Amino acid sequence: MKTVTLKKVLTTSILLSLLLIVVILLSVTMGSVRIPPLRSIRILFQSILGLTGAGSETERTIILSLRLPRAVLAGFVGAGLSVSGATFQALLRNPLADPYILGVSSGAAVGAILAILLGLGTFSFGLPLASFLGALLTILVVFYFGRQDGRIHPNTLLLAGVIIGSFLSALIMFFISVSQREELHTIIFWLMGDFSFSNAQAILIIFPYILLGVFLLYLRSRHLNLILSGEENAVQLGVDVEKLKLISYLSASLITAASVSVCGLIGFVGLIIPHSARLIFGPDHRLLIPSAALLGASFLIASDTFARTLLAPVELPVGVITAAFGGPFFIYLLKTRKAIKTL
Amino acid sequence: MIEVNAISFRYHKDWVLQDVSFWVEKGEFVGVIGPNGSGKTTLLKILYRLLTPQKGEILFDLAPMKRMPRADIAKRIAVVAQETQLLFPFSVLETVLMGRSPYLGHLMFESEKDLEIAKKAMEWTNISLFSERPLDELSGGERKRVFIARALAQQPEVILLDEPTANLDIHHQIDFLDLILSLNQERGLTIVMASHDINIASEFCDRLILLRGGRIYKIGTPEEVITKENIELVYGCEVWIDQNPVSGMPRISLLKKGGH
Repeated sequence: MKTVTLKKVLTTSILLSLLLIVVILLSVTMGSVRIPPLRSIRILFQSILGLTGAGSETERTIILSLRLPRAVLAGFVGAGLSVSGATFQALLRNPLADPYILGVSSGAAVGAILAILLGLGTFSFGLPLASFLGALLTILVVFYFGRQDGRIHPNTLLLAGVIIGSFLSALIMFFISVSQREELHTIIFWLMGDFSFSNAQAILIIFPYILLGVFLLYLRSRHLNLILSGEENAVQLGVDVEKLKLISYLSASLITAASVSVCGLIGFVGLIIPHSARLIFGPDHRLLIPSAALLGASFLIASDTFARTLLAPVELPVGVITAAFGGPFFIYLLKTRKAIKTL
Repeated sequence: MIEVNAISFRYHKDWVLQDVSFWVEKGEFVGVIGPNGSGKTTLLKILYRLLTPQKGEILFDLAPMKRMPRADIAKRIAVVAQETQLLFPFSVLETVLMGRSPYLGHLMFESEKDLEIAKKAMEWTNISLFSERPLDELSGGERKRVFIARALAQQPEVILLDEPTANLDIHHQIDFLDLILSLNQERGLTIVMASHDINIASEFCDRLILLRGGRIYKIGTPEEVITKENIELVYGCEVWIDQNPVSGMPRISLLKKGGH
């Protein structure tokens, strides 16, 4: 019987977690300094056990302080953006919705630019914190204008998000064109998505929000199935729709805010991963949310690994990779959709 | 069972329903008829509290509906709406299982018992054969049956139907209505159906509510409501009314202007 059961969710999650672990292991062995896979794995496992036998000091630093944090961060962001994208697609009933659709990312960018202009960008904490605040402020403004008489109307909210996002984009362009300061070049890279300034602190800042957001959304995954066929449909089946919308929109926005604040705008992940997961695992959010999270994490870690190794020592913005690999893969899935369905 | 007491409702400035009162007995098959914009759909939406009237109240088994939790309403009242959006289509079985949602509460997954109930509902509505098919591959008639099955999986006391026969050919219309009638007569389900088709309403309903501009113009048996005077006044067009030669129920024929 092809319905989603707890067993099916667990099996799928375990399989996709294995994939994720393989991707992480591959990711830490690859880079400008080649460390053989087996040695990397030994270094990883020994560090878990608190030992330091394997590899040289440099190799341990490269793996444990540079590549592993970067892979973990990319994993969190990939998972977060995928779940956020899937949620926005369901709530707005729009297959083109992505995590940035409500303008949250532009607010984060403005926050980041202000941090750089005020000289806060030098603190390892300053930039992500400022852009997170910028994103949160944007969420508040968008929801203030997007709600009418205590209700969220998807179209009004969407319109508020798009308009506020455009306004903030204009601000970004204004800052970039009037400022002569060199740091603003960072911003351009940041706007295309960049993990190069990731560190353990960045992970600590974002992971509680992404975890909390994904958890809250997963609790509502059954009700997200019902709202997929319209709000009236969900009410007919006993869902408190306004509460569902408020919590889900805010959770998805919070995930986006946390992700954007540490690595900028990474396009495509939040769009193609939910659709790919839907094509493979079906539209039920109880299976879709965990599978999209795990697939998104693997996908973004792999993309980031390519971004830093393809033209090493030159690093590409990860957004270039996600679009270049994700686009054709998605087209392929669309074309073979029938084959997938009958599996 | 359902008691509607002097309700008035407006979306914005103008009243869409005004001072509407009626009751529905347990096991009755009630039809709501009236021209476009007379408030039929709005009335149904108020009956399952998608909309809350600004004035008046609705009692369900003597308890005010205003204070009933949403899930409790969904356990007692099921709705089959005109059309549902199919963005990322679920399979037939998945859709029918959604009818168990009000019973699940905080549980994430349906139990064996829920699956059993859903399968029964699919047998009654004769859709077990295509339980794995995605909804968007079904015909309009089959899809209607799926939503009836979902409504049955809710194990409700009342089913609200909004224009159930729109877009169906006569074969599927009669199939569908016979199914509804058997649910009404054999399972004692209370049915409230809004319809544009006066002949169907006359044939299948015990009582009719005729709406005109948001007010009740007439309530009664089909014989009392479907008269030449009532219909011509409310709908504003000329009609001929006689009896269905088989059932003896009032039958309406349309007349073109000045053609006779």
